[in-house]
Amino acid sequence: MKIRFCLNGKNLEIETRPDRRVVDLMREDLGLTGTKESCGSGECGSCTILVDGQARLSCIMLAAQLEGRSVTTIEGISGEEGLHPLQEAFIAHGAVQCGYCTPGMVLTSLALLGRKPCPTRKEIREAISGNLCRCTGYQKIVDAVKTFASERKVYQR
Amino acid sequence: MRRVFLANNTNELWDMLRQYPEAAIYAGGTDLLVRMRKGICDPSALICLERMDCLKGVREEGDQIFIGACTSHTALLADPIVQRSFPVLAAAISRLGSPHIRNMGTIGGNIVTASPAGDTLPPLYILGAAVEIMSMDKTRRLSLADFIRGPGHTDLKPGEILAGVWIKKDQPYNIFSLEKVGQRKALAISIASLAALLRVSGEGIIEEARLAWGSVGPTVTVSKEAESFLAGKRPEPGALGEAARIAMDAVSPIDDVRASKSYRRLVSGNLVLRLGASVDGNSPQPAWLPPAD
Repeated sequence: MKIRFCLNGKNLEIETRPDRRVVDLMREDLGLTGTKESCGSGECGSCTILVDGQARLSCIMLAAQLEGRSVTTIEGISGEEGLHPLQEAFIAHGAVQCGYCTPGMVLTSLALLGRKPCPTRKEIREAISGNLCRCTGYQKIVDAVKTFASERKVYQR
Repeated sequence: MRRVFLANNTNELWDMLRQYPEAAIYAGGTDLLVRMRKGICDPSALICLERMDCLKGVREEGDQIFIGACTSHTALLADPIVQRSFPVLAAAISRLGSPHIRNMGTIGGNIVTASPAGDTLPPLYILGAAVEIMSMDKTRRLSLADFIRGPGHTDLKPGEILAGVWIKKDQPYNIFSLEKVGQRKALAISIASLAALLRVSGEGIIEEARLAWGSVGPTVTVSKEAESFLAGKRPEPGALGEAARIAMDAVSPIDDVRASKSYRRLVSGNLVLRLGASVDGNSPQPAWLPPAD
């Protein structure tokens, strides 16, 4: 079936199976491998994408559900001028170790910052509680989001 | 190829169900799509209800509150009526899955999945919730306790969907408690849980108690015996200890990958002991607290 949706700011029409998992559509059909798959059952947050600005799990969403939606993947947040300032903050704080959880962490944090520009550490921890990091890097991730939020002008270009 | 239909309204839904009566119905997909992936089920067609706006939201009707089945957990947590009138339900939802799961999953899905560990079920039981079931030509209402038949089984018949839940707005309780024991705080399937509502008099006497345990039986466990034992008593260690003993007899847990039968039985009793702390306004805090800002 034909599915029309907005992907990273560009309108897209794609022919796919309606029951194709969104994570497979992104990674295999569209080549957007920044979206990771780990558990495949909604328990780890690696496959997080933003759908109409809300963090969702692409491993438990089917292609048909994207019709008319606006989707942001990790590839969509950086521009030609470079990484998103939140990504820069992750780097500055050493919040990336193996990197596998990072796209999900960044997108989930961006969704939080969208509805709460200055979250507390507790709110950040709660927001990313569905994103597992097995390098135990949570502390630095929280530091990165917190610093980004409080010093946003420093990162703004 | 498995067909997937997005119903926008009931007319579309009934048309789809007429054409594909064997279709599996889902809203958030957080349970069904996981079961499909694991090969536990393989429906030939799917009907997704996530765009059924008529089944979303919380509204007041007389002395009742109606919660649409397709309301996401995140929307419920943000809803002022739910926060004010049903804090025990809000507390359970805040511990359900993860933020992502709560963005996707719906209260109706949690109910029809009928998992013994379903997080919204114990609070809905003690709130006396009734479900509204809709088919093309009629709607019917029955108590949640009658609707849930067993693990994964409900009274839903072919051609029917869950439209929502009715809960009486004014609940005669002034204390609530919600305890969920899992292996971690987020993304944990409960090992044992207890939802409780108490009416405690100014003199500190429990006038009425409603208790429901999750994950320690094929469906939610209630104990009229423990509830009536607590009525007229102070929430002190002696009385709570006896109620805990009654609870340990009432539950029927199993051994599984998450915990043993005996551990679940013990925890079911111990959670009753914590009711004293809820009454004192000193709900137990997690041992570890994130650094203050």
